[in-house]
Amino acid sequence: MERITLAISTLCFLAGFALSVHALRARARSSTPAVLWVTLAGFAFQTLWLSERGQQAGRCPLTTLFDVLVFLGWSVALLYLLAGATYRLSLLGVFSSPLVFLLQGVALLMPMPVLSRPMVHVNPWLELHAAVSVVAYGAFALAGIAGVTLLVQERQLKTRKLRSFFYHFPSIHELAAANRRLVYIGFVLLTVGLLAGISRGMAHLGLLRVVSLGVWLLYGFLCVTLGSKRISPQRAAWLTAGAFVVLLLTVWAVQIASNG
Amino acid sequence: MEILCLGLSHRTAPIELRERFAIPESRQGELSLSLAAHPDLGESVVVSTCNRVEFYVASESSSRGFDALHRILSEQGLQADGDAFFRRSTEDVVRHLFRVVSGLESMVLGETEILGQVKKAYQAAQEARATSRLLNKLFQRAFNVAKEVRTRTAITRGSVSVGSAAVELAERIFGRLSGCNVMILGAGETSELTAGALQARGVKSIFVANRSHERAVSLAEKMGGKALRFDEWLNDFLDVDILIGSTAAPHHVLTRQQLEPVMEARRHRPLFCIDLAVPRDIDPGVNHLDGVYLYDIDSLQAIADQSMEVRRGELLKCEALIEKHVGDFTNWLATAGQPREGSGFRRPGDAPAHGV
Repeated sequence: MERITLAISTLCFLAGFALSVHALRARARSSTPAVLWVTLAGFAFQTLWLSERGQQAGRCPLTTLFDVLVFLGWSVALLYLLAGATYRLSLLGVFSSPLVFLLQGVALLMPMPVLSRPMVHVNPWLELHAAVSVVAYGAFALAGIAGVTLLVQERQLKTRKLRSFFYHFPSIHELAAANRRLVYIGFVLLTVGLLAGISRGMAHLGLLRVVSLGVWLLYGFLCVTLGSKRISPQRAAWLTAGAFVVLLLTVWAVQIASNG
Repeated sequence: MEILCLGLSHRTAPIELRERFAIPESRQGELSLSLAAHPDLGESVVVSTCNRVEFYVASESSSRGFDALHRILSEQGLQADGDAFFRRSTEDVVRHLFRVVSGLESMVLGETEILGQVKKAYQAAQEARATSRLLNKLFQRAFNVAKEVRTRTAITRGSVSVGSAAVELAERIFGRLSGCNVMILGAGETSELTAGALQARGVKSIFVANRSHERAVSLAEKMGGKALRFDEWLNDFLDVDILIGSTAAPHHVLTRQQLEPVMEARRHRPLFCIDLAVPRDIDPGVNHLDGVYLYDIDSLQAIADQSMEVRRGELLKCEALIEKHVGDFTNWLATAGQPREGSGFRRPGDAPAHGV
């Protein structure tokens, strides 16, 4: 049953992607209601799945790579729904649906780990740390998408080979601003999560603490670099896209190490 | 009941003839009423733009209708004879009008200005009470068809002139242009046109530098900008977002070596360089710098040509859509569209018939 809920959610995001592409091809100026409804449905099924999973675990469902991928997809969808209509319709918004589809698709290819008995004593600060951190990761994922979109746009402009979708891309200026803002938002959330973890009981989690601090330092460096405007938006885009790949690899490595 | 159209266009008549027949906007309603008042004509709309002059009328007989049209136009000093004039009846008129408002008959395929011009002409005729059931239905349907063609095909997509291609590219780089400063190097006609297109999108300010300072001052005044001495333009370059080069210099006016330090000082704000000069004003090497986008006249023309190709590729789709509506309209005309027996024409001065 759990797997079916997640599969339905995943298909909703696939449909959302198809509908967004269709809206862009029709040069719609505002987000179509169908895309919003499909995304809302996908988000509702995600939330249902995470809620059931959380009840089984007796804590925030972030104990396995499977759960982390779904939670990451949930945070991307949450940011998508919270953002404005302009973002939703732009290619940046269009890329959110396939990203969630991809994250959940990868999760569904794995066997769903059976959870042990619910934990009796849960540290709420640690739960807050984990949940807020993953939402921050969602913002970093979107920053990475903005970066890649900017690089694609840049390449088309430089080579003067403008494909039909070029005209649907947000401008270089808007992409650079979105890239910067998403990194800032993610960093603030990550800092909140980290403070919650450090202040209340994360000290004993050696590897996780090191990784969290490492990610915080990486994005802190990015924030300072982007804020100083010493590098071009193109280099900033490479950095945010690269940082997100590092982040994904780190999450994966931590899960392997934890399970090993 | 027949719908007739007599007219000439850029396809059939040279500009000398078109300008002789051009009807000023202020006279279109009045002339429509004169035509509609003739006993052999019932309704009329006069469309006159720089590329076409067309008289749409409703008549009970095709031959009597065209005769009446010719007579009235002759009285107005307009001899509408010769190969430059086309005559169309009912189904062909419907098809022709649907094509005209959709931009398929325009000089620039898919342009949208014509729809507004035809709407104005129809409104003038309607206000003069020169239209009734048939032409009201025809024109209102035509406007809906034009809207459908625009939304369901790519006939209006892309930029088909150098100026509009430059504007589109600028918007893909900067988003809104309201915060952008433009600098023109060399006050030529093409650079003025391009800057004018950018100005229409609300750019913040325009600087003009020219070897002849008087010419720079004159263009700057015309565009509401600021004239610069040619040997000092680089001093004001730091705040410029869009540079248009069109000098007659035999060498590059802006080189990569000059621009590199400027880009660092600009803190990597993007710079869009439009080089309209031949020989080129801007070193092609600047395109390799981060945040610099260089387009010369050939690359802008290539974009315009590419867009035109896309539009041409959409023609069949547009025509299929239009044919469907032509069929629907002629079916309506064959049944509900005919006047009830004995009702005759509505005469000018009767209450206007807005509905169908």
